[in-house]
Amino acid sequence: MIIRVVLPAHLRTLARVVGEVTLDVDGPPTLGSVLDALEAAYPMLRGTIRDHVTRRRRAFVRFFACEQDLSHEPPDTPLPGAVSDGTEPFLIVGAMAGG
Amino acid sequence: MSQVRVLVGTRKGAFILTSDGTRERWEVSGPHFGGWELYHVKGSPADPNRLYASQSSGWFGQLIQRSNDGGKTWEPVGNKFVYSGVPGTHQWYDGTPRPWEFTRIWHLEPSPSDPDTVYAGAQDAALFRSTDGGQTWQELPGLRTHASAPSWQPGAGGLCLHTILIDPRDARRMFIAISAAGVFRTDDGGTSWRPINRGLHSEGIPDPDAEVGHCVHRIAMHRSRPDVLFMQKHWDVMRSDDAGDTWRDVGAGLPSDFGFPIDVHAHEPETIYVVPIKSDTEHYPPDGRLRVYRSRRGGQEWEALTNGLPQRDCYVNVLRDAMAVDSLDPCGVYFGTTGGQVYVSPSAGDRWLPIVRDLPSVVSVEVQTLP
Repeated sequence: MIIRVVLPAHLRTLARVVGEVTLDVDGPPTLGSVLDALEAAYPMLRGTIRDHVTRRRRAFVRFFACEQDLSHEPPDTPLPGAVSDGTEPFLIVGAMAGG
Repeated sequence: MSQVRVLVGTRKGAFILTSDGTRERWEVSGPHFGGWELYHVKGSPADPNRLYASQSSGWFGQLIQRSNDGGKTWEPVGNKFVYSGVPGTHQWYDGTPRPWEFTRIWHLEPSPSDPDTVYAGAQDAALFRSTDGGQTWQELPGLRTHASAPSWQPGAGGLCLHTILIDPRDARRMFIAISAAGVFRTDDGGTSWRPINRGLHSEGIPDPDAEVGHCVHRIAMHRSRPDVLFMQKHWDVMRSDDAGDTWRDVGAGLPSDFGFPIDVHAHEPETIYVVPIKSDTEHYPPDGRLRVYRSRRGGQEWEALTNGLPQRDCYVNVLRDAMAVDSLDPCGVYFGTTGGQVYVSPSAGDRWLPIVRDLPSVVSVEVQTLP
């Protein structure tokens, strides 16, 4: 299944990508499986979105999809159908905080 | 002709400033990693083209970048800093126990002899080492598990390990400094550590002469005399002639003995530099005059160096890692300010020139002298 992911600007620079990232995810995509696939494809992103050890989302990173905030959902949360079928991207966002 | 390469870490990226040995005309490269905080950038003494950079952000955490070509290109390497075993607790600001939590790397110290070996000083305070060029990091836990560690409290900037000095005679001896725990020394390559703070006196702690708890801002040594250490403490400029076993105050004569950086002339081990700051609550130069003070006697007698520095309405700070020296003759002295200026003195402090005036707030300055 091809999942579209939009990264914040700093992480696009770090991953050396322009625009959206597409990931091939086995099975129904979940929050956790998409992040696993992202980190496998772009190892330099490890630790920047989730903590290396606890795998918890970093405090000022947010996950949005189809106008829903999935930031506080558990890793096994299925992504919306429009993300699964590639109609909509999964958004990883640097939270609006600070200056 | 020799060249110098100045590695500048700022709140919004890294900059590389290069010049020939005259140190009069400069080229500026950057920002590298624009928008990120660069706490420290430092080159390997064993391979000057090998650079390491500590890149961090409140959003995306810690990264370590490595260059193999003197900063032209960079690659992210390992950023997994995990405390060994079950982290204990240190004291929080309110006196309660708080588990160790990794925030960032303040300082990177490459090995003098191996480009792939580099030490990293962390917040919360711990010492990490990589022996594979930064790909993987292992803690040297003997420091963080020292018996005094549960009593360590953070300084205003956090519980940070900000200074790492390696004895050039014997790499098993290292000195580190932590705000606000003090100075520690290992003689066995980091397995065991002991506090070396005898002689320090700090009014801001319950026992001013305590073994640990001092807010040491910076220590420095000259490689020809590694048993002689100089310290800029929260207040007081100190000196040790016995590898830190005892310290004495050498700050008499300064307009203020509060400050952050301290450094030693490359060829004169008794010539040292500090930048006095008005007070612990007023982090700017006394009287709005930016003055570097130089002692040619290892302290006690100081002269103000003002030629080329602003002598009115100047209210910048110079942070602890933001001063460095080159090894040309005459020795070049460099420092960066929170106002974004980087100054050079190609004459050991007699005359100063701004290399750049409008960078983001400068956190760190290192200098490489290249053939």
